[in-house]
Amino acid sequence: MSAFSALRPVARYIRASRMVAICVLFLLLVALVALAGPLLSPNDYISTDFDNRFGAPTMQGMQFFGTDEFGRDLFSRTLLGIQVTLFVAVIASIVSLGIGVIYGATAGFIGGKVDAVMMRAVDALYALPFVFLVILLMVAFERNFLLIFVAIGAINWLDMARIVRGQTISLKHREFVDAARLIGVSTPGIIWRHITPNLFGVVVVYMTLTIPQAILVESFLSFLGLGVQEPQTSLGALVNSGITHMGRAPWLLIIPASVLAFILFCFNFLGDGLRDVVDPKNKT
Amino acid sequence: MSMLEIDGLTIRYADSPAPAVSDLNVVIERGEAIGIVGESGSGKTQTAMAIMGLLPANADVSGSIRFDGTELRGATPTVLNRYRASRIAMVFQDPRTALNPYVRIGKQLRRVLLEHKMCGGAEADVRTLDMLQKVGLPDPERQFRAFPHELSGGMRQRAMIGAALIGEPDLLVADEPTTALDVTVQAQILRLISDLHAETNSALLLITHDLGVVAGNCERVVVMDKGCMVEEGSTREVFSAPVSARTEALLSSAPRIDSEVMSSPIDTDADPVLEIEDIAVSFKEHRSSWGERLHAVKPMSLSLGECETVAVVGESGSGKTSLARAVLGLLPADAGRVSFLGRALPSHVGARRNRVRQNLQMVFQDPLASLNPAMSVREIVAEPLRIHESGMKKEERNKSVDTMLTRVGLEAELAGRYPHELSGGQAQRVAIARSLILQPKVLICDEAVAALDGTVQHEILKLLLTEQANSGLSLIFITHDLAVVRQISHRVLVMYMGRLCEIAENEALFRRPRHPYTKALLSSVPVIDPEANAVDVPLAGEAASALSPPTGCPFHPRCPHAIAVCNEETPELTQCNSTLVACHRAADLDLSY
Repeated sequence: MSAFSALRPVARYIRASRMVAICVLFLLLVALVALAGPLLSPNDYISTDFDNRFGAPTMQGMQFFGTDEFGRDLFSRTLLGIQVTLFVAVIASIVSLGIGVIYGATAGFIGGKVDAVMMRAVDALYALPFVFLVILLMVAFERNFLLIFVAIGAINWLDMARIVRGQTISLKHREFVDAARLIGVSTPGIIWRHITPNLFGVVVVYMTLTIPQAILVESFLSFLGLGVQEPQTSLGALVNSGITHMGRAPWLLIIPASVLAFILFCFNFLGDGLRDVVDPKNKT
Repeated sequence: MSMLEIDGLTIRYADSPAPAVSDLNVVIERGEAIGIVGESGSGKTQTAMAIMGLLPANADVSGSIRFDGTELRGATPTVLNRYRASRIAMVFQDPRTALNPYVRIGKQLRRVLLEHKMCGGAEADVRTLDMLQKVGLPDPERQFRAFPHELSGGMRQRAMIGAALIGEPDLLVADEPTTALDVTVQAQILRLISDLHAETNSALLLITHDLGVVAGNCERVVVMDKGCMVEEGSTREVFSAPVSARTEALLSSAPRIDSEVMSSPIDTDADPVLEIEDIAVSFKEHRSSWGERLHAVKPMSLSLGECETVAVVGESGSGKTSLARAVLGLLPADAGRVSFLGRALPSHVGARRNRVRQNLQMVFQDPLASLNPAMSVREIVAEPLRIHESGMKKEERNKSVDTMLTRVGLEAELAGRYPHELSGGQAQRVAIARSLILQPKVLICDEAVAALDGTVQHEILKLLLTEQANSGLSLIFITHDLAVVRQISHRVLVMYMGRLCEIAENEALFRRPRHPYTKALLSSVPVIDPEANAVDVPLAGEAASALSPPTGCPFHPRCPHAIAVCNEETPELTQCNSTLVACHRAADLDLSY
């Protein structure tokens, strides 16, 4: 009942704001094309064609985005890049959501010394230069897809934990929590039935803002050559290789970069839109 | 030509079908005091905002507002600024938010003079100090340099009034100027406003929901309802012989201190349901690193009989709410014991058995804050049953929720709604339904009707008394509103700075208060009777800080009857006829009416 009723406000937000609706629509469209595109296109992302290197975008043979330095179809590779990028972003966000919400809600609800110790730990982690840490991880262990998710999630959960903690503290002093105590609801019951559903709005908003962050970090790692490995690719990796051939075949840079920018814009606007709808101060 | 002519004023908002104000015609003459009364949503504040040109951009305003023949509706900010402050000034409801927290009080007043080029810098300082003196701020030199947060609520409202009057406006618009203040401070501020009105010969437009405030201070009154003017006339006529049914309803539902007692008599010999012994509450003072504690409630005892209603009254900060929360186990008590039906209870609510918990319930002040925004009305009211009657089937539970909703006067269709879709009165009924569904023995109401309109307030009180008569509920009713106390209570407990001043029977307290503070509270209540003589402001000053309480009797710095011993010794509670009173002079003072 709890989780279900918590979803209801989200549906309401989508109805309330045109911007939110448009962004959700665009993102679904991008995801759909990324998933369905490879099935329809005659080209795959892996076959090389050295007779057709740096081919310009053309309708012929459905090579809409042209070909790269190995003659691979850039359209198929971009679709794969979108898949990988979105996948990394969503998984990373779920990791950060999981750790952040549990950590933040616990610290906030218990309060006192436990809260102080837990949040100082967060502060200490904030002080570490995370990009270097991630690079270190990548070098120390095998480069590995899973590690990227974990690394990015591990960066993002700190903000989430802080936000959830603050929200929990303000919620636990609300009168409806006292009212619940009086009618005999247990502490887990209060957290599950009274605190969590009210955290939902903020968490959803914040998640739409952490996804682009995760995408950027992944792109950055790929750009440095630490991300996904060939022949797999991501938007960041495509941009990286596009830069090398910028003078000869500008579309290799422009197209993946535009797609990346478009996805980031959608997520950012979605987050802004949701924040406006969730924040009661914006309701007039 | 009249000073202000409002002609056919209509204010509409795109997102609501009904206009906020429709076709309002009001004329204000020079030097006149006029009141606008109405419940929330009647359009009274919208009218004030329209006069000041402060309506939001999405308001669609038609009609005309002429001040000295100049049309103010739709006037450019340049034109409006010529009139604001120097010709028309406004005092807002909440002095906490209406003053700029970063600017010293003196500067905020001075700015009005400089902005309107009324005088130069040196003269402005002198005039500002004069004004601070005039509005009764003690030590004006110091307040001149003070920041708003250094002043108490009442002092801030005085500063606001000073800022409004320093430009010597022809019209002062006061929008609920005393609603956020305690009753004794309210009396001081109202007196100040009406004195200054008489002295400066400026006109006064007083907007309020409190008929008593209008009765004492205005010659003419306009009654508004749902955006329309329903009645206008001299205060005397409107109050004694209202023409409109709406006015009549407002008058009859307003809680009056001289009204009938609604509660039914009780058997006083029965065993008490709830006993509180020497309970004390203190908080750690955050700003103090020395572990100083703020004593919210000094040790006090109280017993509550079956079917009995005990009212707890006092100004804000007197410890009423802390007492209630400590009794319910929501706040740790330093000392003392709470027993229910003769058995001592653990001090923390989490440690109390469900059988006990279901018998001690509370209704909070802000109905919306006490309902979980993510749960529907049905879920909220059903939750106690899910916990205490876990064997109950879903259909049975839904049925008893429906019955409960009907009992508190709500339609069953409301069950599917969410708290934000309810009005204040409906939300409070839901909160009451939730607390009554387990058939508790004791219900503590913490300012449960303070946030509601007069007519709604009346209905909620009636509902509580009906429940009491039907199911033998004992009530602890915390309030600052003495008129409500008069209507519903059997016994009254008066608190001041965490201490008990007086415990008395309803009748005895209102007829013959024993403590000077009780007397002051009683005389501060505005009476809904234009004929009543305005008494002197009963109480000067405000309560001292609880961190550095005065020596001896905490009330002595404000007490008109204080003697030397009051400064030295804290009075004990002593029996005085049927009344318990903590005052050194209880025996020799006669404070009866």
